[in-house]
Amino acid sequence: MSAAAPALLEARGVTREFRVGGGLLGRSQTLRAVDDVDLDVAAGEVLTVVGESGSGKTTLGRCLLGLMRPTAGSVRFDGDEVGTAGRARTSFRRRVQPIFQNPYSSLDPRWPVARTVREPLDAFGVGSRADRDRRVTELLDSVGLSQRHADSRPHELSGGQRQRVAIAAALALGPDLIVADEPVSALDVLVQAQILNLICDLQRELGVALVFITHDLAVVEHIADRVAVMYLGKIVEAGPADEVLSRPQHPYTRTLLEAIPQPDPRRRLAAGAVRGEIPSPLAPPAGCHFHPRCPLAIDVCREDSPAMTAFGENHIASCHVTAREHQSKGA
Amino acid sequence: MTAPLLALDGVSVDYGLVSAVSDVSLEVSEGEIFGLVGESGCGKTTLALAVMGLLPRSAQVRGRIGFQGDDLLTLTEAGRRRLRGDRISMVFQDPEAALDPAFAVGEQVAETIRAHRPVSGREARKRATQLLTEVGIPAAAERYGDPPHRLSGGMQQRVVIATALANEPALLVADEPTTALDVTIQAQILALIRELRDRHRTTVILIAHDLGVVAQLCDRAGVLYAGQLVEVAPVERIFDAPEHPYTKALLAALPTRATGRGALPVAGGGVPDLADPPPGCRFAPRCPVRMDACERVPAFTSRAAGHATACWHVEAERAA
Repeated sequence: MSAAAPALLEARGVTREFRVGGGLLGRSQTLRAVDDVDLDVAAGEVLTVVGESGSGKTTLGRCLLGLMRPTAGSVRFDGDEVGTAGRARTSFRRRVQPIFQNPYSSLDPRWPVARTVREPLDAFGVGSRADRDRRVTELLDSVGLSQRHADSRPHELSGGQRQRVAIAAALALGPDLIVADEPVSALDVLVQAQILNLICDLQRELGVALVFITHDLAVVEHIADRVAVMYLGKIVEAGPADEVLSRPQHPYTRTLLEAIPQPDPRRRLAAGAVRGEIPSPLAPPAGCHFHPRCPLAIDVCREDSPAMTAFGENHIASCHVTAREHQSKGA
Repeated sequence: MTAPLLALDGVSVDYGLVSAVSDVSLEVSEGEIFGLVGESGCGKTTLALAVMGLLPRSAQVRGRIGFQGDDLLTLTEAGRRRLRGDRISMVFQDPEAALDPAFAVGEQVAETIRAHRPVSGREARKRATQLLTEVGIPAAAERYGDPPHRLSGGMQQRVVIATALANEPALLVADEPTTALDVTIQAQILALIRELRDRHRTTVILIAHDLGVVAQLCDRAGVLYAGQLVEVAPVERIFDAPEHPYTKALLAALPTRATGRGALPVAGGGVPDLADPPPGCRFAPRCPVRMDACERVPAFTSRAAGHATACWHVEAERAA
């Protein structure tokens, strides 16, 4: 998928496989967690990657962060291949930062908050000692933590406060890209709204690009410029967020949107509206992976993997049926 | 109106100095799905465990929990055990933890039947297979012998529900039954719970933090904040005409309710320390319409039928 501005991060044909099983008994199997994914992130843009369990969204995030090497394909950041040694790697580590789901396990339990936030500054030797002290104060302030939190250890903080610390640490070096994997999923409703607001405000203020990985399609319209929907390792639909939400073209995107429990007792989901289980990623269905659950499936869906079709400017989806409808309309 | 199936009267639960549930009274009628909503630490699971008789020994419980003529809080442990899994049963959040990993799923359902009913092994097996079919496990007879790990999370939760329904309980307590599941699977499990209620007239208490889930499934709901019940109403009224400032704050913070890109409205501050809770309304320190009266615990008042709210501000507005 392509963005208007030149890409800051560019993933091409990214595939990541894992060997599973294969102990003394059983034969090992190959699990293709991410399957031939193309993705661009422009500078300053917010891209949301949405998917359920087994969609490969977390594995994709780890490949984008250089925490995992793709089995095939490439990830380039600002022109340089991610994961190669040397100057490019140092620059990458400075300019790309992660935020993880669970702030209970992503922070060092023995370190006071100020040390966690300060560590990246020390590691890269940013400014003088006094500069770094000042910067830590600024960062804590920008995420809504006060000086009295600076000496606290993670166990003394609430989940929301811990996630604020993780955000401050991610921002310390003034990154160009943040990859956040389910950063609000472990939080309560009100805290979730606070942290979402904080991430949005900081993103806009600092102009940092953001890849926001989530299972929750409901948050997309609040934060995203663009959205990519994943199912069993593949991107099935991508495009401008408002477009994808208002005119979803892939039946899976439609199913996901329908399945969100609406906080409106008058709009109850009919029983049977969503069918089937998510298949094992070890043995994804042939053809279109979604066909066993798809209300629109026809014969070709069981055999051929659908190619991406353009449904509008930058709006693409891979579905045999909606592509045909679209083409017959256009003809 | 018929007598309620379950009636909580002034129920409080303390864990040492921590006041987890404070003076909660509510009634649940036969055949209804009643939602208990709130954030972490609001006391919703503690209330569920009090009904189940599964609170840790260290918990001090006061008040009365009336169920089919008994006060559950005065029953002996043996009496509680006879009820559990029979007339009252529970579905937990994490099906993987609720099932025995080394034990065939069908056997786990059959065991629950035999624990309470004098039936033969063959009879229990037959009934368990029927139950597995009823909760939507395909080819139930073939899956009967599978250990839980062979089943997906959604299928495991169906087994847990089959176990809970094994003896046709009068009351089913479901504590976040879909929180660990994917959204497309969640939709199916919610539909299943509704269908089972319609078929068996089982009363359901649904504990949830997700207001969307409550809207989808419940007939009535109660909102808990920091151990206090603040509002009870038919579910349409909770969503269309919420009264308590906390209920309003919760609804406003939902990404699915607010529209368009931009900031979600959020109440500032955090949940109070329950070892030293505010003296009156526990939401007062965060409340945008706080008054002096909020230092005292507000009583429930009601404007519309079945809609009751504990808030001084709401009461003052009504009087005006």
